[in-house]
Amino acid sequence: MTAPLTTASPAPARLERVEELQARISGMQATRLDSKAVPTHPAFESVLPGGTLREGTVVQVEGSTTLLMALLAAPSASGRWVAVVGLPDFGVEAASRFGIVLDRLVLVPDPGGQWLTVVAALADVIPMVAVRPVGRVSPAEASRLSARLRQRGSTLLVAGEWPGSDARLGLEESEWQGLERGHGRLREREVVVSAAGRGGFGRRARSRLLLPDRSLGFAVAGEALPLPERVRTLPTRVEPEWAEPVPLGDVERRATG
Amino acid sequence: MTSELSRTIVLWCPDWPILAACRERALDPGQPIALIRSGLVFACSAAARRDGVIRGLKLREAQYRSPEVVVLDYDAALDARIFEPVVRRVEETVPGVQLIRPGSLAMRARGPARYYGGEDAAAAALLTTVAELGVPGARVGIADGPFAAEQAARAATASPVGIVAPGASAAFIAPLPVGLVTDTRTTTLLNRLGVRTLGEFAELPREDVRRRFGAAGAFAHDRAAGREQARVIARTPPPEFAVQQEFEPPLDRIDQLAFAFRVLAEEFIERMRAVRLVCTGIRVELDDEGGGHSSRSWLHPQWFTPADVVDRVRWQLQGAGTASGLASPIVRLRVVPERIDSTGNHEEGLWGGGPDERVHHGLTRVQSMLGHEGVVTATIGGGRMLADRQVLVPWGDRAPERPSDAPWPGSLPALAPASVFRERLPIALQGSGGVTVAIDGRGAITATPEVFAVSGGTPAPVRAWAGPWPVVERWWDAEHAKRVHRFQIVDDDGCAWLLVRDDEGWWAEARYD
Repeated sequence: MTAPLTTASPAPARLERVEELQARISGMQATRLDSKAVPTHPAFESVLPGGTLREGTVVQVEGSTTLLMALLAAPSASGRWVAVVGLPDFGVEAASRFGIVLDRLVLVPDPGGQWLTVVAALADVIPMVAVRPVGRVSPAEASRLSARLRQRGSTLLVAGEWPGSDARLGLEESEWQGLERGHGRLREREVVVSAAGRGGFGRRARSRLLLPDRSLGFAVAGEALPLPERVRTLPTRVEPEWAEPVPLGDVERRATG
Repeated sequence: MTSELSRTIVLWCPDWPILAACRERALDPGQPIALIRSGLVFACSAAARRDGVIRGLKLREAQYRSPEVVVLDYDAALDARIFEPVVRRVEETVPGVQLIRPGSLAMRARGPARYYGGEDAAAAALLTTVAELGVPGARVGIADGPFAAEQAARAATASPVGIVAPGASAAFIAPLPVGLVTDTRTTTLLNRLGVRTLGEFAELPREDVRRRFGAAGAFAHDRAAGREQARVIARTPPPEFAVQQEFEPPLDRIDQLAFAFRVLAEEFIERMRAVRLVCTGIRVELDDEGGGHSSRSWLHPQWFTPADVVDRVRWQLQGAGTASGLASPIVRLRVVPERIDSTGNHEEGLWGGGPDERVHHGLTRVQSMLGHEGVVTATIGGGRMLADRQVLVPWGDRAPERPSDAPWPGSLPALAPASVFRERLPIALQGSGGVTVAIDGRGAITATPEVFAVSGGTPAPVRAWAGPWPVVERWWDAEHAKRVHRFQIVDDDGCAWLLVRDDEGWWAEARYD
């Protein structure tokens, strides 16, 4: 850990290290009051930290467009506008069948290099914005945008990497039902969605969902999965927040290791 | 009641719809052209008429009679738009003009006859005016009442002016067929009753006609007898809102042009605002140095502000050339309002507009960054292939009318893929032993799919598959015919794909991810 901090190391590397440490510190702090909940499909209650999406937060959604659509569907059905930036392959028909209202869906398929400006402009007026970033986002840009999201009460879903996101969802396993070797057709899919809180710390959860189920909806499949060993030792709270304070010893161990 | 019928002048431009279509599309009016409305010929050019094409013919019959005929759709709005400058020019020569239909104008004869010194002179002045605008073969008819005058204009074949002496109109129209004043049903009935000409119709007792054919019949009877009550009702010339700017020297940079146009755009909107109007649709017309002409309508979800007008001009220019320069310098720019509405219908609510208005402003901002096509909304259309089914419409444009929910045999079942590739990915699908899976003439696969790889990626085993599901489209049209086979497969990671096999090989059309 001390190696990058020696005087011999070049300045950019040191700066990066400082940024990384700052990100870790902010990740461990639960600095904000509870923001308003955004209507979310009940299937995600056990997945998302806090049970729902929240206004002014950034959620990383990795590896699945269906998962992204599932998160957008409930806000859209409740009358919110939805914007999708930088996903030229976004399947409109699937979106509509999963419950996203097309009259309130705006697509910006090719924002090019201006995607961050476009997202900022859209976040001013549209409460749910999904984006696939092009290239790396610097923590400074990310925090500027976060401030804007908090002020406007918009939620950003990121299909990719984002420094300092409030939660992170990903697909661990995926198994399709209905298709056999040579016959049948795709009917439903059972996936394991893993979730992590702010900066990869905090509460972790894995749960088994049907994405989609046979009636083109979303549902919880079976009982909750056992949590990974390390996280089970965390103190549990009645009201979990976005980023729960982690015992210092635990953090020390993880930061160095 | 039988007040003296006022002398009326009718100016008639034959084949106006053809002329308008030729002007818009830069065609030669000398070639055979037919305009089609709901499958029937609505108007045809002189050359087509020589080949035997007449109005009301079926399209197929018209093409049979005149194989060279250029077939276009009839556009009533275009007719009116191209005729507008003619009306304005004629109004300068003779005030008090009534527009009968695009191509025909009526005006009272008394004033012009006195001013120009006789009906002949007035007719000659009108014809000169119209000829200056490049309208060939216009004719003038002068008679008692608009109906007789129009017939006089149509009957004038020897000279371009047909004048029927005062009081002789009834006799003039008497030999014309009765169908000119009655609808098809009544015409058939009258013909069966032995009444074939307007003169014979006029001889029927007035009261009997009213009893048998009602008010419409009585009106037609009055017309046939030369007792027409209609008078020329001069139109009030609408205020001119269109703006035009000429560039000398011609400009070839979009930013220069947009900047130069800004002042005029302000004036364009301000002039309408002064009379409490807002504009919700405009037409931008561009003429370039090489004689090219570009014209396009733009709609606005709310109403145009000066900045919006400049944006539309810029977008149209961007479509015409490269990002900043143009293929050919622009000499003239014209903006015409197409849809105008009262501001009262667009008043903001007492507490400001709804949330959708904010959305609109935000999206317009993004649009001015990325261009008109940068921000789109989506609807679902008809079709079998997934790319056909999603219709993307730029923000602000009207969505195309949705095709009815037809069954589309061969389209996918209810579960739709979440990612539809804009450009299909080439893939490899192999059976055991590395044989590429193919489909024989009977639609059966030659090997069981075992290995799957995306565009040069590492091959992975296929967990499950189903297919082939044939999709056959437009087999009657050799150029657009399409015959493909679809497969659903699940790869080793548990990700499902929609594959397509066509003549060129295997492609991934979409992914269920």
